[in-house]
Amino acid sequence: MEIELRNIHKRFGSVHANNDISVVFPAGRITGILGENGAGKSTLMKILSGYQPADNGDILVDGRPSRFGSPEDAIQEGIGMLQQDPLDVGAFTTLENFVYGRPERVLPDWPAARKDLEEASAHLGFELEAEAPVERMSIALRQQLEIVRLLALGVKALILDEPTTGISAEQKQTLFAALQQLAHRDGVIILLVSHKLEDVITLCDKVVVLRDGRRIGEEDMPAPGETDPATLESIKSQLVHLMFGQELGPHVRLEVPLEKVVLKLENLNLRDRRLQIEDLNLSLRQGEVVGLAGLDNSGQGLTMRAICGLESVSSGRVLLEGQEMTNRSYRSFLHRGVVFGAAGRLEEGLIAGLTLTEHMALVRSERAVLDWPALESYTRESLKHYDVRGEAEDRIEQLSGGNQQRVLMALLPANPLLLILEQPTRGLDVESARWIWQQLLERREGGTAILFSSAELDELVAYSDRILVFYAGRVHEVSDVAATTIDELGYLIGGEFRQV
Amino acid sequence: MRNLTSGPGRLAFVLLPVLLSLLLAALLVLAVGREPQEVLEKIWQGAFRNTRSFAGVLNFWIPLTLASVGLFVTFRAGLWNIGIEGQILAGAIFASAGALTFDFPPELAPLQLLLQILLGVLGGMVWAGITGALKIWLGVNEIFGGMALNALAGVWGIYLISGPWYPEGGSAQQSRPFLENALYPALSREWPVGLLAIAMTAVAMVLVPLIMARTRWGLQLKATGSNPRSALLLGVPTSRVAMSAFLVCGVLAGIAGSYRVMFTYGSFRPLVAGGIGFLGLLVVLLSTMKPLWIPMIAFVFSAILAGSTRLRVSLQLDSSLAGVLQGTLVLVFILFQGLRQRLEARRDDLSTDASQPSASSQSGLTG
Repeated sequence: MEIELRNIHKRFGSVHANNDISVVFPAGRITGILGENGAGKSTLMKILSGYQPADNGDILVDGRPSRFGSPEDAIQEGIGMLQQDPLDVGAFTTLENFVYGRPERVLPDWPAARKDLEEASAHLGFELEAEAPVERMSIALRQQLEIVRLLALGVKALILDEPTTGISAEQKQTLFAALQQLAHRDGVIILLVSHKLEDVITLCDKVVVLRDGRRIGEEDMPAPGETDPATLESIKSQLVHLMFGQELGPHVRLEVPLEKVVLKLENLNLRDRRLQIEDLNLSLRQGEVVGLAGLDNSGQGLTMRAICGLESVSSGRVLLEGQEMTNRSYRSFLHRGVVFGAAGRLEEGLIAGLTLTEHMALVRSERAVLDWPALESYTRESLKHYDVRGEAEDRIEQLSGGNQQRVLMALLPANPLLLILEQPTRGLDVESARWIWQQLLERREGGTAILFSSAELDELVAYSDRILVFYAGRVHEVSDVAATTIDELGYLIGGEFRQV
Repeated sequence: MRNLTSGPGRLAFVLLPVLLSLLLAALLVLAVGREPQEVLEKIWQGAFRNTRSFAGVLNFWIPLTLASVGLFVTFRAGLWNIGIEGQILAGAIFASAGALTFDFPPELAPLQLLLQILLGVLGGMVWAGITGALKIWLGVNEIFGGMALNALAGVWGIYLISGPWYPEGGSAQQSRPFLENALYPALSREWPVGLLAIAMTAVAMVLVPLIMARTRWGLQLKATGSNPRSALLLGVPTSRVAMSAFLVCGVLAGIAGSYRVMFTYGSFRPLVAGGIGFLGLLVVLLSTMKPLWIPMIAFVFSAILAGSTRLRVSLQLDSSLAGVLQGTLVLVFILFQGLRQRLEARRDDLSTDASQPSASSQSGLTG
């Protein structure tokens, strides 16, 4: 089997996520799809696996043009995708998960299915247990189950989206060995979506690099087992060059002059039921972006809320443009141009049951009597400008998460002084996340300071000027973000401060 | 979903519970050995046999509608203003204080009337304001605060008629009767009903829904009632908005209280609020927050209540039978409302794309 993509285009509003991509995937080879966040990798793979259609372009399977309306269609054609978060059913056992999706009779043939499962598992060196409940299995085992399941459905091309996230080094070896076996012995097409250089170099035969939605280049990888450091290093730098354009280091940020201090925290002490943050000092300048890293509930949320009057400060001072604001109400912060955006959009930020126009009227209308027709047309304009897929009269909860986040952007004041954003791209696909950051960076160029938290290390490293790492209420500052690797950040988040 | 909330579907969900509760009530009447038809006739006669009986219905409808419109405002802000009963009573006490103190010359009678009504308004606002302050600044749930203030107003009323307002040579049942100047003027002998109060009620039932739909304040109330946290983040002064809802409700409750003492009884009695506030809660619940329904539902309740006073006279049946009838109606109606929501939810699940979270129909009453 051979798959060919021809001139694939996909747009999300103003973002050209896939721009004229053509590529061939031959049988029995492992191809890496490499690119930084938002390069268009996931979009392309979702098109190939039937999760979303392309705007233009063709998919050819063994030379025949194919069109997939759903993942099921793609599986029929022999193309299956392993999602980052495996799509299994938690309450069921391995065997039950293995069986569903099989085009069998009404009643599954359990003994035969069990035999298939065990054989497939052994064949790939996996250790799947038929009766183990999926909800108690690690990500790695669930990946193995999904691979075995897709292969049993007759898949001849397997797409893996960032499969090494969240699995141990040992599990990675098992996975890679199995993938090599599948490709080189059984002739399966393997596509590995990744932004990790080490992974693609170790595993792949060939790497296709995407950047800004375009196919930038292709590189053959050294044979497995290549250990010469000079060779590996030169391949690495070639790939980096392709991924980021110039060899400028991974994260190009526009230089914005960091001028006067917007926010100053002096010896801040915060406390909630679970944790205590002591002696936090920070000064944030105009146009500066500071990222807050850490596991959930390590103090980022508490800090962000206390800074803008949503949680109380035990001691210490919060200064806004030099003026004392400690423990003032959120509304007084809002009046000074400080806006907080919470992670749970429909819990804190948007109001289920209200239409988009009503939201707009709440933040924009200065008059006591509302001019609904005018507000409605203003909302329409705004929705168009922010590329929101939704109508002015829709209730907010009818919109998708990405579109809700866009509405939140539309509701922001024109030139906020300081944006405090809790996981601004949580749950958004890469394209939406990227769009949100475009908006945020535009405001940053206008002088807005941004404080944000994120669970995505890439996002933190990509957009922050400085990073504060929270661990159980302790705070560690990383001031030279460009010199930080994701691994180092990972250690800090895990509380391993001495490693750095 | 559309079929159930509009058109014939909606009508069925209004009419069916009425029919069902009538049927249940009929069975009940049969069980106590009377003819349902006879009971219904007597209630009808009690309410509508002549202009005076009809005026009796209106005299109940006026305070009930005022209270219900006030509750519509607090419900919109997500508040369970159980304290409405105490607010009506406080309005009655304040207005009575004026009625028992003032004695303006006849040419200044309208001024005295106005002052007494304003005192009633003040009483309602003070009681509602205390509930609001407890809720907003001290975190006391408005249901508990309201219940406490209801009791407090009741005790205060009893103290007044057994102490300061104890009538000479009377019993501690009521204060001395108010003078003519201290009362809402009746429309006529055949129509003993306060025209001014009807006018105020009409204005309230038209103006309040209009304000809710057309002003920023109305929108802020809705936002606060639906999700106070998000409303705050969107810049709504949620504390002020909640307080204003209490105060507006207090104004209307105060007028209702003043009408009870300054027209219905013509004197102060401790039980002057007569459960009208609680009945108002039911009226608004049944209206499903559609303000146009409020005066109509209030009218049906008033007719049943006013009409049933005749049951005892003519059938030796206790007039609490009307209360039972009313309770049945409310229960069955609420049952059907729940049923409708469940059907809608199921329909939503079936028809909408799984990627869209199905919206539970928030009425603001659950907040």
